[in-house]
Amino acid sequence: MANVIGGFSTSHIPAIGNAISKKVFDDPYWKPFFDAYPPVHEWIADEKPDIAVVIYNDHGLNFFLDKMPTFSIGAATEYHNKDEGWGLQPVEPFPGDPGLSWHIIETAVEDEFEVTTCQEMYVDHAFAVPMSLFWPDRAGDDQVKTVPIVVNTVQHPLPSPSRCFRFGQSIGRARASYPDDEKIVVIGTGGLSHQLDGTRAGFINKEFDEMCMDKIVGAPEELAKYSTHELIELAGAQGVELINWLVMRGALTGDVSLAHANYHIPISNTAAGLMVLNNQA
Amino acid sequence: MTATDQPIPGTPIFDGKMAQKGYALNKMCFSFNDAENRDEFVQDEDAYCTKYGLDDQQKAAIKGRNVLDLIEAGGNIYYLAKFAGIFGLGVQDIGAQQTGVTVEEFKQKLLDAGA
Repeated sequence: MANVIGGFSTSHIPAIGNAISKKVFDDPYWKPFFDAYPPVHEWIADEKPDIAVVIYNDHGLNFFLDKMPTFSIGAATEYHNKDEGWGLQPVEPFPGDPGLSWHIIETAVEDEFEVTTCQEMYVDHAFAVPMSLFWPDRAGDDQVKTVPIVVNTVQHPLPSPSRCFRFGQSIGRARASYPDDEKIVVIGTGGLSHQLDGTRAGFINKEFDEMCMDKIVGAPEELAKYSTHELIELAGAQGVELINWLVMRGALTGDVSLAHANYHIPISNTAAGLMVLNNQA
Repeated sequence: MTATDQPIPGTPIFDGKMAQKGYALNKMCFSFNDAENRDEFVQDEDAYCTKYGLDDQQKAAIKGRNVLDLIEAGGNIYYLAKFAGIFGLGVQDIGAQQTGVTVEEFKQKLLDAGA
Protein backbone atom coordinates (compact mmCIF):
# COMPACT_ATOMS: atom_id res chain seq x y z
CA MET A 1 0.00 0.00 0.00
CA ALA A 2 1.26 3.43 -0.95
CA ASN A 3 0.73 6.37 1.38
CA VAL A 4 -0.21 9.93 0.58
CA ILE A 5 1.98 11.61 3.18
CA GLY A 6 1.02 15.17 2.37
CA GLY A 7 -0.21 17.81 -0.02
CA PHE A 8 1.37 20.99 -1.34
CA SER A 9 -0.23 23.86 -3.14
CA THR A 10 1.53 26.72 -4.87
CA SER A 11 0.96 29.37 -7.49
CA HIS A 12 2.57 28.57 -10.85
CA ILE A 13 3.05 32.01 -12.43
CA PRO A 14 5.43 31.95 -15.46
CA ALA A 15 7.35 34.96 -14.08
CA ILE A 16 8.54 32.68 -11.25
CA GLY A 17 10.19 30.45 -13.85
CA ASN A 18 12.01 33.46 -15.27
CA ALA A 19 13.06 34.58 -11.80
CA ILE A 20 14.46 31.09 -11.10
CA SER A 21 16.46 31.09 -14.39
CA LYS A 22 17.84 34.52 -13.50
CA LYS A 23 18.46 33.51 -9.84
CA VAL A 24 17.00 36.77 -8.51
CA PHE A 25 16.05 35.15 -5.18
CA ASP A 26 17.29 38.08 -3.08
CA ASP A 27 15.79 40.82 -5.23
CA PRO A 28 13.41 42.90 -3.02
CA TYR A 29 10.43 42.05 -5.26
CA TRP A 30 11.11 38.31 -5.11
CA LYS A 31 12.57 37.73 -1.65
CA PRO A 32 9.24 37.60 0.27
CA PHE A 33 8.08 34.97 -2.21
CA PHE A 34 11.16 32.71 -2.41
CA ASP A 35 11.85 32.90 1.34
CA ALA A 36 8.70 30.83 1.92
CA TYR A 37 10.11 27.75 0.12
CA PRO A 38 13.08 26.53 2.28
CA PRO A 39 10.65 25.15 4.92
CA VAL A 40 9.14 23.00 2.13
CA HIS A 41 12.62 21.79 1.16
CA GLU A 42 13.15 20.77 4.80
CA TRP A 43 9.81 18.92 4.83
CA ILE A 44 10.84 17.06 1.66
CA ALA A 45 14.27 16.22 3.14
CA ASP A 46 12.59 14.80 6.27
CA GLU A 47 9.66 12.98 4.67
CA LYS A 48 11.37 11.86 1.43
CA PRO A 49 8.38 11.44 -0.91
CA ASP A 50 9.03 9.03 -3.84
CA ILE A 51 6.31 10.28 -6.18
CA ALA A 52 4.66 13.66 -6.84
CA VAL A 53 1.13 13.61 -8.28
CA VAL A 54 0.79 17.10 -9.79
CA ILE A 55 -2.64 18.60 -10.49
CA TYR A 56 -2.48 21.58 -12.85
CA ASN A 57 -4.12 23.22 -15.85
CA ASP A 58 -2.49 23.29 -19.29
CA HIS A 59 -2.29 26.79 -20.83
CA GLY A 60 -2.17 25.77 -24.48
CA LEU A 61 1.06 23.81 -24.73
CA ASN A 62 -0.18 20.21 -24.83
CA PHE A 63 -3.89 20.68 -25.47
CA PHE A 64 -5.65 22.85 -28.03
CA LEU A 65 -9.35 23.50 -28.62
CA ASP A 66 -9.48 20.74 -31.25
CA LYS A 67 -9.69 18.26 -28.34
CA MET A 68 -10.20 19.60 -24.85
CA PRO A 69 -10.50 16.90 -22.19
CA THR A 70 -11.88 17.76 -18.74
CA PHE A 71 -9.56 15.52 -16.71
CA SER A 72 -6.38 14.00 -18.24
CA ILE A 73 -3.80 11.76 -16.64
CA GLY A 74 -0.25 11.30 -17.91
CA ALA A 75 0.89 7.69 -18.24
CA ALA A 76 4.40 8.10 -19.67
CA THR A 77 7.88 7.16 -18.50
CA GLU A 78 9.04 10.74 -19.11
CA TYR A 79 7.49 14.19 -19.57
CA HIS A 80 9.03 17.05 -21.50
CA ASN A 81 8.64 20.76 -21.00
CA LYS A 82 9.04 23.07 -24.01
CA ASP A 83 8.84 26.60 -25.42
CA GLU A 84 5.43 28.14 -24.72
CA GLY A 85 5.99 31.14 -26.94
CA TRP A 86 6.95 33.86 -24.52
CA GLY A 87 10.54 33.18 -23.59
CA LEU A 88 10.46 30.81 -20.60
CA GLN A 89 13.48 28.48 -20.79
CA PRO A 90 12.44 24.79 -20.99
CA VAL A 91 13.68 22.68 -18.08
CA GLU A 92 15.03 19.10 -17.97
CA PRO A 93 12.51 16.25 -18.52
CA PHE A 94 10.63 14.77 -15.57
CA PRO A 95 10.57 11.01 -14.90
CA GLY A 96 7.10 9.44 -14.81
CA ASP A 97 5.69 6.46 -12.94
CA PRO A 98 3.40 4.67 -15.41
CA GLY A 99 2.55 1.98 -12.83
CA LEU A 100 0.97 4.47 -10.47
CA SER A 101 -0.52 6.45 -13.39
CA TRP A 102 -2.43 3.42 -14.66
CA HIS A 103 -3.52 2.50 -11.15
CA ILE A 104 -4.96 5.99 -10.64
CA ILE A 105 -6.62 5.80 -14.08
CA GLU A 106 -8.21 2.42 -13.31
CA THR A 107 -9.48 3.59 -9.93
CA ALA A 108 -10.79 6.84 -11.38
CA VAL A 109 -12.81 5.09 -14.09
CA GLU A 110 -14.08 2.56 -11.54
CA ASP A 111 -15.28 5.60 -9.55
CA GLU A 112 -16.97 6.93 -12.73
CA PHE A 113 -14.43 9.64 -13.58
CA GLU A 114 -13.87 8.88 -17.27
CA VAL A 115 -10.44 10.43 -17.71
CA THR A 116 -8.35 10.94 -20.84
CA THR A 117 -5.10 8.96 -20.79
CA CYS A 118 -1.91 10.44 -22.25
CA GLN A 119 1.14 8.36 -23.12
CA GLU A 120 2.72 11.42 -24.70
CA MET A 121 2.26 14.74 -23.02
CA TYR A 122 4.12 18.04 -22.81
CA VAL A 123 4.02 19.61 -19.37
CA ASP A 124 3.79 23.41 -19.27
CA HIS A 125 4.87 26.02 -16.67
CA ALA A 126 1.96 25.09 -14.41
CA PHE A 127 3.68 21.74 -13.84
CA ALA A 128 7.34 22.74 -14.28
CA VAL A 129 7.44 25.90 -12.13
CA PRO A 130 6.07 24.18 -8.99
CA MET A 131 8.48 21.27 -9.52
CA SER A 132 11.40 23.73 -9.74
CA LEU A 133 10.17 25.52 -6.60
CA PHE A 134 9.86 22.33 -4.57
CA TRP A 135 12.82 20.36 -5.99
CA PRO A 136 15.31 23.04 -7.10
CA ASP A 137 18.19 20.55 -7.35
CA ARG A 138 16.42 17.54 -8.85
CA ALA A 139 18.70 15.43 -11.08
CA GLY A 140 19.59 11.84 -11.90
CA ASP A 141 17.88 8.52 -11.25
CA ASP A 142 17.02 9.20 -7.61
CA GLN A 143 14.84 12.23 -8.27
CA VAL A 144 11.15 12.24 -7.43
CA LYS A 145 8.91 10.54 -10.02
CA THR A 146 5.80 12.29 -11.30
CA VAL A 147 2.21 11.72 -12.37
CA PRO A 148 0.80 14.81 -14.15
CA ILE A 149 -2.97 15.33 -13.95
CA VAL A 150 -4.54 18.10 -16.03
CA VAL A 151 -7.83 19.86 -15.27
CA ASN A 152 -9.46 21.96 -18.00
CA THR A 153 -9.67 25.62 -17.05
CA VAL A 154 -9.39 26.93 -20.63
CA GLN A 155 -12.82 26.33 -22.11
CA HIS A 156 -16.12 26.48 -20.21
CA PRO A 157 -17.92 24.52 -18.90
CA LEU A 158 -15.20 23.60 -16.39
CA PRO A 159 -15.60 20.75 -13.92
CA SER A 160 -17.32 22.09 -10.79
CA PRO A 161 -15.40 22.60 -7.55
CA SER A 162 -17.31 19.74 -5.89
CA ARG A 163 -16.56 17.42 -8.83
CA CYS A 164 -12.87 18.31 -8.54
CA PHE A 165 -12.89 17.59 -4.81
CA ARG A 166 -14.48 14.17 -5.41
CA PHE A 167 -12.00 13.43 -8.21
CA GLY A 168 -9.26 14.07 -5.65
CA GLN A 169 -10.92 11.64 -3.25
CA SER A 170 -10.76 8.99 -5.96
CA ILE A 171 -7.01 9.63 -6.32
CA GLY A 172 -6.74 9.28 -2.54
CA ARG A 173 -8.54 5.92 -2.68
CA ALA A 174 -6.25 4.67 -5.45
CA ARG A 175 -3.20 4.78 -3.20
CA ALA A 176 -4.77 2.34 -0.68
CA SER A 177 -4.98 -0.48 -3.22
CA TYR A 178 -1.59 0.23 -4.84
CA PRO A 179 0.76 -2.69 -4.20
CA ASP A 180 4.04 -0.74 -3.95
CA ASP A 181 5.01 0.73 -0.60
CA GLU A 182 5.79 4.24 -1.78
CA LYS A 183 5.35 7.71 -0.34
CA ILE A 184 3.26 10.10 -2.40
CA VAL A 185 2.86 13.85 -2.18
CA VAL A 186 -0.07 15.41 -4.06
CA ILE A 187 0.43 18.93 -5.44
CA GLY A 188 -2.28 21.37 -6.54
CA THR A 189 -0.94 24.29 -8.57
CA GLY A 190 -2.30 27.69 -9.61
CA GLY A 191 -4.22 30.48 -7.93
CA LEU A 192 -4.84 32.26 -5.84
CA SER A 193 -6.98 35.24 -6.91
CA HIS A 194 -6.05 36.79 -10.26
CA GLN A 195 -7.50 37.84 -13.57
CA LEU A 196 -5.60 38.36 -16.82
CA ASP A 197 -8.38 39.20 -19.29
CA GLY A 198 -11.06 41.85 -19.63
CA THR A 199 -11.46 45.27 -18.07
CA ARG A 200 -11.38 43.63 -14.60
CA ALA A 201 -7.76 42.47 -15.26
CA GLY A 202 -5.63 42.87 -12.15
CA PHE A 203 -8.46 41.85 -9.82
CA ILE A 204 -7.24 40.42 -6.49
CA ASN A 205 -9.31 39.41 -3.44
CA LYS A 206 -7.13 39.05 -0.36
CA GLU A 207 -9.99 38.38 2.05
CA PHE A 208 -11.34 35.52 -0.07
CA ASP A 209 -7.88 33.99 -0.56
CA GLU A 210 -7.17 34.04 3.16
CA MET A 211 -10.52 32.39 3.84
CA CYS A 212 -9.70 29.67 1.26
CA MET A 213 -6.29 28.99 2.83
CA ASP A 214 -7.97 28.59 6.19
CA LYS A 215 -10.90 26.41 5.06
CA ILE A 216 -8.89 24.12 2.82
CA VAL A 217 -7.12 22.64 5.85
CA GLY A 218 -10.09 21.51 7.93
CA ALA A 219 -13.29 22.33 6.01
CA PRO A 220 -12.62 21.85 2.28
CA GLU A 221 -16.26 20.81 1.71
CA GLU A 222 -17.22 24.44 2.30
CA LEU A 223 -15.01 25.54 -0.63
CA ALA A 224 -16.33 22.71 -2.80
CA LYS A 225 -19.83 24.20 -2.45
CA TYR A 226 -19.01 27.22 -4.59
CA SER A 227 -20.13 27.17 -8.21
CA THR A 228 -17.57 27.88 -10.96
CA HIS A 229 -19.35 31.18 -11.59
CA GLU A 230 -19.10 32.22 -7.93
CA LEU A 231 -15.40 31.32 -7.86
CA ILE A 232 -14.73 33.49 -10.92
CA GLU A 233 -16.62 36.38 -9.38
CA LEU A 234 -14.77 36.07 -6.04
CA ALA A 235 -11.29 35.02 -7.18
CA GLY A 236 -11.04 36.36 -10.75
CA ALA A 237 -11.26 34.57 -14.09
CA GLN A 238 -8.01 32.63 -13.52
CA GLY A 239 -8.46 32.43 -9.75
CA VAL A 240 -10.74 29.55 -10.68
CA GLU A 241 -7.52 27.48 -10.60
CA LEU A 242 -8.45 26.93 -6.96
CA ILE A 243 -10.16 23.80 -8.33
CA ASN A 244 -6.67 22.26 -8.72
CA TRP A 245 -6.11 22.84 -4.99
CA LEU A 246 -9.46 21.11 -4.32
CA VAL A 247 -8.37 18.01 -6.26
CA MET A 248 -5.20 17.95 -4.15
CA ARG A 249 -7.14 18.36 -0.91
CA GLY A 250 -9.61 15.64 -1.88
CA ALA A 251 -6.70 13.21 -2.21
CA LEU A 252 -5.77 13.74 1.46
CA THR A 253 -8.20 11.31 3.05
CA GLY A 254 -6.57 10.97 6.48
CA ASP A 255 -6.14 13.45 9.35
CA VAL A 256 -4.97 16.67 7.76
CA SER A 257 -2.94 19.33 9.53
CA LEU A 258 -1.16 22.50 8.41
CA ALA A 259 2.64 22.30 8.31
CA HIS A 260 3.49 25.57 6.55
CA ALA A 261 1.81 28.39 4.63
CA ASN A 262 2.64 31.69 2.99
CA TYR A 263 0.57 34.32 1.18
CA HIS A 264 2.07 37.17 -0.81
CA ILE A 265 0.67 39.90 -3.10
CA PRO A 266 1.65 40.39 -5.86
CA ILE A 267 3.73 38.18 -8.10
CA SER A 268 3.02 39.47 -11.59
CA ASN A 269 -0.82 39.78 -11.66
CA THR A 270 -1.40 37.17 -8.99
CA ALA A 271 -1.82 36.66 -5.26
CA ALA A 272 0.69 33.88 -4.55
CA GLY A 273 -0.30 31.17 -2.08
CA LEU A 274 1.79 28.32 -0.71
CA MET A 275 0.65 25.54 1.60
CA VAL A 276 2.10 22.33 3.00
CA LEU A 277 -0.38 19.92 4.55
CA ASN A 278 0.42 16.74 6.48
CA ASN A 279 -1.84 13.74 5.89
CA GLN A 280 -1.85 11.20 8.70
CA ALA A 281 -3.32 7.88 7.52
CA MET B 1 -21.16 28.76 -15.79
CA THR B 2 -24.75 27.97 -16.60
CA ALA B 3 -27.18 29.61 -18.97
CA THR B 4 -28.85 31.46 -16.07
CA ASP B 5 -25.69 32.96 -14.52
CA GLN B 6 -25.50 36.76 -14.63
CA PRO B 7 -22.48 38.16 -16.50
CA ILE B 8 -19.61 39.31 -14.28
CA PRO B 9 -18.65 42.86 -15.33
CA GLY B 10 -15.31 43.09 -17.13
CA THR B 11 -14.88 39.32 -17.11
CA PRO B 12 -14.98 37.37 -20.38
CA ILE B 13 -16.15 33.76 -20.15
CA PHE B 14 -14.59 31.60 -22.83
CA ASP B 15 -17.39 29.13 -23.52
CA GLY B 16 -18.38 26.97 -26.48
CA LYS B 17 -19.76 29.91 -28.40
CA MET B 18 -16.51 31.86 -28.07
CA ALA B 19 -14.41 28.75 -28.74
CA GLN B 20 -16.27 28.29 -32.01
CA LYS B 21 -16.05 31.96 -32.96
CA GLY B 22 -12.36 32.25 -32.13
CA TYR B 23 -11.18 28.88 -33.44
CA ALA B 24 -9.02 30.16 -36.33
CA LEU B 25 -7.53 33.00 -34.29
CA ASN B 26 -6.70 30.72 -31.36
CA LYS B 27 -5.30 28.06 -33.67
CA MET B 28 -2.93 30.63 -35.15
CA CYS B 29 -1.87 31.78 -31.68
CA PHE B 30 -1.40 28.15 -30.57
CA SER B 31 1.05 27.76 -33.48
CA PHE B 32 3.24 30.43 -31.86
CA ASN B 33 4.49 27.81 -29.41
CA ASP B 34 7.06 27.11 -32.16
CA ALA B 35 9.79 29.66 -32.86
CA GLU B 36 9.75 29.01 -36.60
CA ASN B 37 6.04 29.87 -36.75
CA ARG B 38 6.63 33.09 -34.83
CA ASP B 39 9.33 33.99 -37.37
CA GLU B 40 7.03 33.20 -40.27
CA PHE B 41 4.33 35.45 -38.78
CA VAL B 42 6.79 38.32 -38.29
CA GLN B 43 8.02 38.03 -41.89
CA ASP B 44 4.54 38.32 -43.42
CA GLU B 45 1.71 38.88 -40.96
CA ASP B 46 -1.08 39.12 -43.53
CA ALA B 47 -0.08 35.93 -45.30
CA TYR B 48 0.14 34.10 -41.96
CA CYS B 49 -3.34 35.29 -40.88
CA THR B 50 -4.76 34.21 -44.24
CA LYS B 51 -3.08 30.82 -43.95
CA TYR B 52 -4.96 30.22 -40.69
CA GLY B 53 -8.26 31.48 -42.11
CA LEU B 54 -8.81 34.48 -39.81
CA ASP B 55 -11.92 36.54 -40.59
CA ASP B 56 -11.80 40.31 -41.12
CA GLN B 57 -12.60 41.14 -37.49
CA GLN B 58 -9.81 38.86 -36.28
CA LYS B 59 -7.32 40.21 -38.83
CA ALA B 60 -8.12 43.80 -37.78
CA ALA B 61 -7.72 42.93 -34.09
CA ILE B 62 -4.33 41.32 -34.78
CA LYS B 63 -3.22 44.37 -36.77
CA GLY B 64 -4.44 46.67 -33.99
CA ARG B 65 -2.56 44.70 -31.27
CA ASN B 66 -5.64 45.32 -29.14
CA VAL B 67 -6.35 42.67 -26.53
CA LEU B 68 -9.99 43.60 -25.82
CA ASP B 69 -10.69 43.49 -29.58
CA LEU B 70 -8.92 40.14 -29.83
CA ILE B 71 -11.06 38.76 -27.00
CA GLU B 72 -14.18 40.16 -28.66
CA ALA B 73 -13.12 38.33 -31.84
CA GLY B 74 -13.06 35.03 -29.92
CA GLY B 75 -9.48 35.01 -28.67
CA ASN B 76 -8.69 33.10 -25.49
CA ILE B 77 -6.24 34.80 -23.14
CA TYR B 78 -3.93 31.76 -22.84
CA TYR B 79 -3.40 31.60 -26.61
CA LEU B 80 -3.34 35.41 -26.97
CA ALA B 81 -0.46 35.47 -24.47
CA LYS B 82 1.63 33.66 -27.09
CA PHE B 83 0.80 36.37 -29.63
CA ALA B 84 1.80 39.06 -27.11
CA GLY B 85 5.02 37.17 -26.46
CA ILE B 86 6.16 37.81 -30.03
CA PHE B 87 6.40 41.50 -29.09
CA GLY B 88 7.96 40.82 -25.71
CA LEU B 89 4.76 41.80 -23.90
CA GLY B 90 3.75 40.05 -20.68
CA VAL B 91 0.51 39.81 -18.69
CA GLN B 92 1.13 43.13 -16.96
CA ASP B 93 1.45 44.95 -20.29
CA ILE B 94 -1.75 43.23 -21.41
CA GLY B 95 -3.46 44.12 -18.13
CA ALA B 96 -2.50 47.78 -18.45
CA GLN B 97 -3.75 47.95 -22.03
CA GLN B 98 -7.13 46.41 -21.19
CA THR B 99 -7.71 48.64 -18.19
CA GLY B 100 -6.54 51.83 -19.88
CA VAL B 101 -3.68 52.67 -17.53
CA THR B 102 0.11 52.74 -17.83
CA VAL B 103 2.06 49.59 -16.96
CA GLU B 104 3.47 51.41 -13.91
CA GLU B 105 -0.04 52.30 -12.74
CA PHE B 106 -1.19 48.71 -13.28
CA LYS B 107 1.73 47.37 -11.24
CA GLN B 108 1.02 49.88 -8.47
CA LYS B 109 -2.60 48.76 -8.33
CA LEU B 110 -1.40 45.18 -7.73
CA LEU B 111 1.02 46.31 -5.02
CA ASP B 112 -1.82 48.25 -3.39
CA ALA B 113 -3.97 45.11 -3.33
CA GLY B 114 -1.44 43.53 -0.98
CA ALA B 115 -1.02 46.54 1.30
